[in-house]
Order: sequence, then structure tokens, then C-alpha cells
Amino acid sequence: MNIPADLKYTKSHEWVRVEPDGSLTVGITHHAQDLLGDMVFVENPAPGRTVSAGEECAVVESVKAASDVYAPVAGEILAANAEVEGSPEKINQDPYGAWMFKMKPVNAAEVAGLLDAAGYKALVESEAH
Amino acid sequence: MLKQTPLNAAHRELGAKMVDFGGWDMPVNYGSQIEEHHAVRQACGIFDVSHMLPVDVKGEGVRAFLKRLVANNVDKLKTPGKALYSCMLNEQGGVIDDLIIYFMDEQWFRIVVNAGTADKDLAWMQHCNAEWGANLSLTARRDLAMIAIQGPQAAAVLHGAMPGSEQTTEGLKPFNAVNVGEMFVARTGYTGEDGYEVMVPAKSASFFWKALLEAGAKPAGLGARDTLRLEAGMNLYGQDMDENASPLESGLAWTVDLKSERDFVGRKALETSEITRQLVGLVLLDKGVLRAHQKVHTRHGAGEITSGTFSPTLQQSIALARIPLGIAPGEEVEVEVRDKKLQAKVVKYPFVRNGKALI
Repeated sequence: MNIPADLKYTKSHEWVRVEPDGSLTVGITHHAQDLLGDMVFVENPAPGRTVSAGEECAVVESVKAASDVYAPVAGEILAANAEVEGSPEKINQDPYGAWMFKMKPVNAAEVAGLLDAAGYKALVESEAH
Repeated sequence: MLKQTPLNAAHRELGAKMVDFGGWDMPVNYGSQIEEHHAVRQACGIFDVSHMLPVDVKGEGVRAFLKRLVANNVDKLKTPGKALYSCMLNEQGGVIDDLIIYFMDEQWFRIVVNAGTADKDLAWMQHCNAEWGANLSLTARRDLAMIAIQGPQAAAVLHGAMPGSEQTTEGLKPFNAVNVGEMFVARTGYTGEDGYEVMVPAKSASFFWKALLEAGAKPAGLGARDTLRLEAGMNLYGQDMDENASPLESGLAWTVDLKSERDFVGRKALETSEITRQLVGLVLLDKGVLRAHQKVHTRHGAGEITSGTFSPTLQQSIALARIPLGIAPGEEVEVEVRDKKLQAKVVKYPFVRNGKALI
């Protein structure tokens, strides 16, 4: 299982990268794309939209099923990745490269409350049993 | 405890992703569902369908029994090995199951039923057997495994795996079957491609499966099986029809024989019921994916998607939907997808046959 050590994670299987300017880049984990299978559709939030922590703000659909993607923390959407909307299979090929949206957190401290790699690994293992 | 087919270990060896499919531990894919789908359209894929159940019905008067039991007419079966697709209805005209019936000889017909309905089907057949005093023997053949070999190269793969079988299987016409040694080879399938469904003794299943892989077949899971059958416009029991749906509102009128004088179960109900809905194909014009149970809005009222997916061949979303009569191919309808209403076009299905897009 691929869980990069330098990222933060949510219980709902998003990964979060804290950028040098404090903004966040968000995608779905290797484990999430593996569960869903071949991706065929991505709907991202519109830039400018404000979201609360845990709010449904994007959708990924595989051949098999649709799945909501949640905002990891409260904030404002800064950008959406049009590339994964055009080629959803990139999420399968490179889940940590194929980001979905960028956001500016309301409260940077909230990010510290997300899971680290070890915590996310433990979560995935517990869900497998 | 999940039920396992004789090929369970073979799937795990191939790294299959296993899922609970109606109580059976089955492979949903072996990596990429879409690649498996394309392999069947372009070359050859093999599926473990051993969860389905062959039932042998034997005895004096078996033909007369089946003429009453099912909605299609087994009198269409005249030569040994010939197959017939039919619905088995309840008295209300709802579909208990859809099945394939093979004519073996006048004392022996073989019925292949769906996995999820197998117990219910057997109980119903036993009930009718007793109620009608038919005195037939019904034997569930869990000792048989079943492998579907599907795709334009299916014949070459079968011959590669069964050297010497060319003569007996090459001339086999669609919806016909033949015994080859201990195997029962039928030219049938659920993908819209050429292919075979082979029943083989459970103990020989792994050996045969491996021989098919060595002959060039790609293993394909239930995920690809579903996208392939939907592109081919084939109904799935429990989604596109069930005990509460008439075959006449499920795109299955062609399988119901009302011409003969037979008094089959469900006939009266079908002949007195009013048909108000139809099963149609939908192609999504907007971006997104159609899924079962999404609501469809037409100028004659609402309907519902019964099966929907993303079509790997067409690269857009397709669906079967039950909607009011009077909506014709070419018309546009609206489908509720989450908080949006998306545009879809009504089409004639199948969507894909023999590797080619039909819409």
C-alpha cells in the first residue's frame, strides 16, 4: 500500500499536502482509488466556493460506483484540476500526483488534527478486518 | 461463510479482487475492469460463472412440464443440444427468474438458473412438480463448474485448450450445445460477442481454466461481465426485471410465447394486465454516470433507470430504463443525478454487438 510519509490524511480517504504558502492540495488516496477501481468521471468544486470541514465538495465515479470527496478542513476552494476531469484514469495511475482541488484553510491549526501516514495506515488496516 | 466455486484458489492465485456476490466469494476484477472488458470485445476473456446452477429435469413428460412452467415455448427445441432463453413467471405474471433451457433428449432437459435465485427456483420447480403430479426428478448439478469463454477469439482459445475439439465445436451454431467428452459445450454467452459457456466436472475446472489461460485467454471478473452485458442490451435479473415486473414491460416480450395454446404459469395475468411501461436504452448526453434507481423524467411522466454504467466501448454512460410507453428512440429525457438534471437520449438497444458500436 502506498502512503507517502509527507502527506496528511482524512478518515474518508483524502490525502492533503500542505504547500509552502499554507494552501492545501487535496486528492484521494491510493487505497481509495484501489477500492473504487477504474475511474471514469470527476466533478470538482468551483473555485471561490467556501466549504466546511467534512462537507461533500467533489465526486469521483468509477465504472463500479460513485463516491463523494469531502473537504478535509474548512476553507475556500482556490483551484480545481481540470486535467483529472478530462482524464479521470490519472487518479488510478498516479493518485498522489493527480490532485483534485486546492484550498485555503480558515484555520491552519485544523490541518494538524488530520491523520499522519502512520495513523492512516492503521485506519486502512483496521477497515480491512 | 461465503460459498466458493471450484475455481476460488485459481482466482486468488491470479491476484483477483474478491467480493461477496450474493453470498458467493467471486472475482470482481483481476486488476482493471476496463482492460478486461476490452479484452473480451477485442480478443478473448474467460469468466467463472460456476455460481450459476444447472438443474437436470428428467423423466417421462418433461417437455409437457416445461411447456407449463416457463413463458417461452420449449416446442421450439427440436434437436438435442438446442437452447432456449425464457422467463419463469409466477401466477401474477412477474418474473421468478430468467433461465436457459437445453434440450438433451425427450426424457432430459437441463435448465441453467441464476445464482441468487437458485434456491427459490428449485423450490418453485419442486412445488410445481408435486402440484401437477409430474413425477419428474430434479437434480441440482453443483458437481459442475461453468466457464464462459467470450470474444472474437473464443473459438481459437477453446480449440487451443481442448485439442481435437475443432470438429465438434466449430460448426456449433449460436444457442446450440454439444457434449465433448466429459464437458458440455454451449455456444452461448452474456457479452454480445461470439463465445462459449462450458460446463465441466468441478474436479477438472482448475485444469481447464489454466489451459484456457495458456491458450491466450485473459481472466475477466464480474465487473466486466456487467458492463459487457449492459452494452449488449441483456437484462440482469433483480435489476432489469424481478417478481414485481412483467416481462412485457422489461423488454422481454420476444421471449414470451402467446401464440401457442399452452396454459403456462402467468399467462392469464399477462393477457389481462395493462402494459403502461417499456424498457428503453439511454445514452447520457451530459457528463456523468447513469446508475440504477436514478429517476427519469419524460413528457409522459416519470420512470427509473434499472441498470446504468459507463460504457468502456462507447466512452460514455449508458443505461436501461423503465419509462412510460409513447416515448420513442431519439427523444430526450432528463435524469436526476445527485442534485442535477442531466440530458439523456432514448435509443434502441443493444448498444454494442460483436465489437461494434450500434448507436
